[in-house]
Amino acid sequence: MSEILVLVDHVDGSVRKTTNELLTIARRLGEPSAVYIGSGEAPVDALKRFGAEKIYAVDDAEIKGYLVAPKAEVLAQLAEKTSPGAILIPSSAEGKEIAGRLAIKISSGVITDAVDVADSGVTTQSVFAGSFTVSAKVTKGTPIITVKPNSAAPEEVDGAGAVEQFAATISDGAKTAQIVASQPRQSTGRPELTEAAIVVSGGRGTGGDFSAVEALADALGAAVGASRAAVDSGWKPHTFQVGQTGKVVSPQLYVANGISGAIQHRAGMQTSKTIVAVNKDDEAPIFELVDFGVVGDLHTVLPALTEEINKRK
Amino acid sequence: MNIVVLVKHVPDATADRRFESDNTVDRAGVDGLLSELDEYAVEQALQIKEKSDGDVTVTALSVGPEQAADAVRKALQMGADSGVLVSDDAIAGSDAVATSLVLAKAVSKIGEGGSVDLVVTGMASTDAGTSLVPAMLAERLGLPQVTFASVVETQGDQIRAKRDGDAATEVIGATLPVLLSVTDQTGEARYPSFKGIMAAKKKPLDTWSLSDLGVDAGEVGLDAAWTAVEETTARPPRTAGEIVTDEDGSGATALAEFLASKKFI
Repeated sequence: MSEILVLVDHVDGSVRKTTNELLTIARRLGEPSAVYIGSGEAPVDALKRFGAEKIYAVDDAEIKGYLVAPKAEVLAQLAEKTSPGAILIPSSAEGKEIAGRLAIKISSGVITDAVDVADSGVTTQSVFAGSFTVSAKVTKGTPIITVKPNSAAPEEVDGAGAVEQFAATISDGAKTAQIVASQPRQSTGRPELTEAAIVVSGGRGTGGDFSAVEALADALGAAVGASRAAVDSGWKPHTFQVGQTGKVVSPQLYVANGISGAIQHRAGMQTSKTIVAVNKDDEAPIFELVDFGVVGDLHTVLPALTEEINKRK
Repeated sequence: MNIVVLVKHVPDATADRRFESDNTVDRAGVDGLLSELDEYAVEQALQIKEKSDGDVTVTALSVGPEQAADAVRKALQMGADSGVLVSDDAIAGSDAVATSLVLAKAVSKIGEGGSVDLVVTGMASTDAGTSLVPAMLAERLGLPQVTFASVVETQGDQIRAKRDGDAATEVIGATLPVLLSVTDQTGEARYPSFKGIMAAKKKPLDTWSLSDLGVDAGEVGLDAAWTAVEETTARPPRTAGEIVTDEDGSGATALAEFLASKKFI
């Protein structure tokens, strides 16, 4: 079986859940090899636990100050060394850019935003704001596939986790877009928006007061999201935005509060398993999508619902 | 300074978008327009021009069928100085790899006899939405990529951009020439004024074919794509569920019952 390279998504060595999902998918295609680009010891135990047979550890001292291009060079050099069966990359903004550059470097086809990858290598994607499902395949070179969060249930299985240090050669040309400053995101204490099983969002109807939305989210153990209208009004930072130009989420439950349901927003949440909405306007397009809807004022409905949930706990 | 801004003609996202029998996007049967996300790129290119003391030219570039000229024209109406459409039957069905090849050749041709200092793009298209083309184009042109910028500042040959990542907000810096992609957070795009619409009629809009760029037809199009779509399936529309009207707290109770029935609480 050929190696399947998985680019590890981590924050300072702490492996994110998407990596476990990618390792799980990699086992369908071949033998998972994790590619850890970071400083210090590679998080061997975390990667072994989800089946990594090999771990390529790449010291990022020369890489971390620059955007995208050096990581694409690392993967291109590893691809040349290992002739992998496929390369899996998290479908984040940076992940897709790495995939794009890598595709040109190694003359291989690339598929982005896969929500599933079959053992045949055929991918599934959701397009046109979730109104179509597309299956596709890479037909040239080494398949490069970027995979969205929540695309597989991570399966724990013991991998050998053999660590191999890999010294990549980074060209001067890749060190031209410099990261001059970096401000880590403040942790909200809530689940990651794209990884959460439940998302509770607020829109224009909140009037800028997200307290009822946040209280409900905490009662449900959910992530908090916002519509573009709420973000454009400055009520929440852009990192909270659910929609075409924000995060695309696909949780078990999506609760839309005071959100009309414009196409921009639908593109970001339409594939959620169960959708619930609270909105004053009974003609809001969001009601066309819901499994259950309440026509009413979120400022009274949500606190009552939160109280009811807390009572049932 | 020479700025090239990339504009894509896409099927209207609010219309009923669909696929052709060969699984390519139906671009003829659905009304098209300049991709909303590219309007922000045009806006930023124009703002850089307006803030600059020197002589700045903004060229809007598109690859697409004949009707894609509408997207270029819109950019001219907004204020771009000239436009180029690369159109050739052989291009139909091209993937991001081939599209980036055509764009790279076109950018080089625009820069002939001088140079292109800045290529500006949107963060993604509103149809395929892969976000691949900016990174691929930067790779092909050997340019630094300053991408997903939410705030852009230029000073002389230096560019600074704010980028909101998953784990951190970063400031990216680079020296021109650069490929820049901008998000919808950069600020509202202007509407073409009446004056702008009239002026656009006199601005040059060139159409180039593959042979003008020295690209072999065999390198582009559906057959040359490095990926293949096997199947496209319309997702069954969501069936509307139960809608209740809240009266004195009945809405919250009914919603709690529903969530409990689905085992969320």
